[in-house]
Amino acid sequence: MSAVIENHELGGQHVSERIEELRIQDLHAFYGESHALHGIDLTVYQGELVTLLGRNGSGRTTTLRAIMGLIGHRTGSIMLKGEEVIHAQPHVIAHLGVGYCPEERGIFSRLSVEENLMLPPRVAAGGMAVEELYEMFPNLAERRRSQGTRLSGGEQQMLAMARILRTGANVLLLDEITEGLAPVIVDKLGEVLIELKTRGYTVVLVEQNFRFAAPLADRHFVMDHGKIVATVNHDELESKQHIFDEYLSV
Amino acid sequence: MLTDLLGFPPQVLFGQLLLGLINGAFYAVLSLGLAVIFGLLNIVNFAHGALYMLGAFATLGLTQYLGIGYWGALILAPVIVGAIGILAERVLLRRLAGIDHLYGLLLTFGMALVIEGVFVKIFGASGIPYAAPSQLQGGVNLGFMFLPWYRGWVVVASLAVCLATWYLFERTKIGAYLRAGTENPRLLQAFGVNVPLLTTLAYGYGVGLAAFAGVLAAPITQVNPMMGSNLIIVVFAVVVIGGMGSIMGAIITGMSMGVIEGLTKVFWPEASSTVIFLVMAIVLVLRPAGLFGKTA
Repeated sequence: MSAVIENHELGGQHVSERIEELRIQDLHAFYGESHALHGIDLTVYQGELVTLLGRNGSGRTTTLRAIMGLIGHRTGSIMLKGEEVIHAQPHVIAHLGVGYCPEERGIFSRLSVEENLMLPPRVAAGGMAVEELYEMFPNLAERRRSQGTRLSGGEQQMLAMARILRTGANVLLLDEITEGLAPVIVDKLGEVLIELKTRGYTVVLVEQNFRFAAPLADRHFVMDHGKIVATVNHDELESKQHIFDEYLSV
Repeated sequence: MLTDLLGFPPQVLFGQLLLGLINGAFYAVLSLGLAVIFGLLNIVNFAHGALYMLGAFATLGLTQYLGIGYWGALILAPVIVGAIGILAERVLLRRLAGIDHLYGLLLTFGMALVIEGVFVKIFGASGIPYAAPSQLQGGVNLGFMFLPWYRGWVVVASLAVCLATWYLFERTKIGAYLRAGTENPRLLQAFGVNVPLLTTLAYGYGVGLAAFAGVLAAPITQVNPMMGSNLIIVVFAVVVIGGMGSIMGAIITGMSMGVIEGLTKVFWPEASSTVIFLVMAIVLVLRPAGLFGKTA
């Protein structure tokens, strides 16, 4: 059962009802004996785009991996669409309608572009059609027979995004999707995210490129040393600039 | 009118070629099973020879105790031995996921010793004969050689199974899962594929292939507890030559090594038992990942 909050003020927008897609409480995660997350609490509502910001090693990628069940030792609570998944296996979590785009993109070298695109099983109804995806990312259509790893970095990123959009997943966990890409590709990905937001997708975006993330996101969670140290709404970007200066500058 | 070829009577040359093809068929099916298992589980399955032997004994048992003939055993023995493999994967091998290959090698080597030891204790070390099915007894004189029907059947059946496995891996959705699973099983699981189940089934399938080879071998070699351990070292050399984890590599290398071994028996009999290891050494020097393997 998804919790509903009423008359909540979020990201400068007044909303009468918001449905929780993701609620994390007191999440701890461990790599062997290394304690990587130290009690994360956050809630993401349906249709929101939120970012996890922070320096390298602050725990952003680990948070996504923990949500996806890719870290063996986790404690606390992760509610996805009203279901507790702290002990669930990754394939079970995916079938709740979650799409994961890893930092390294995860294109399978032994598969063609089209095989990569068609690989993930459908996890929910309403996934985009292949032709629609080729329309969104025309480069992929031209290279559908190529081996996945023969694509440029930008094309691989498009493929990684397209791959999860086909599955019907409507909660997207995107890890550093703009990293190392040319500005024109970054702009294209920004357009895609705006389109996804319009269509009602819920997006958790790990990003280092603050300029890319700032205009897109409803809220920003700023992380440091495995904790969320601040939450900044879209309309607070200027007034809370000092938080970004403190936790994002190197 | 056939005369001597390269100084050898054609009967000798083609006879050894056929023998080479038969051995090659066993090498191909067994190394294919090893390739499937190594690809998804990252385990060098030293129990493969023992599981091949179990296939032959399952055939013997199904015939002697249940009255199920060769053709029934050809289906049932791989299923039974595959199920035993699945149990072993669930109970033992799964615990080794993510740790050094050496542990898998040691565990499966130990499993092989236990299985073979138990069978030697029960059945003794000498072989038990198993007759070929009546439909495949006899043969045909091709003029240049005599072709026993059963031996021809072994080559055809092995090739059919190998090509079906290749098709499964390279042309189907489940094959795409298996190929993706060999590269990044965690990510595949994060996409919603039940990778633990896929891994179990892949192990069962690889073991089933070994058992299938065991069924084919039963009428050719006598059913013997040590029949697998005699063969498995050569099969590992074949896998190293082809490249670990390559499906087509396992098939082509298996068949060609059998043929090379057979022809060596004609031209240089003393070297026939070492020629495959010689090829392995050359391949390891020139192309360490194997002829069809991908370099890291």
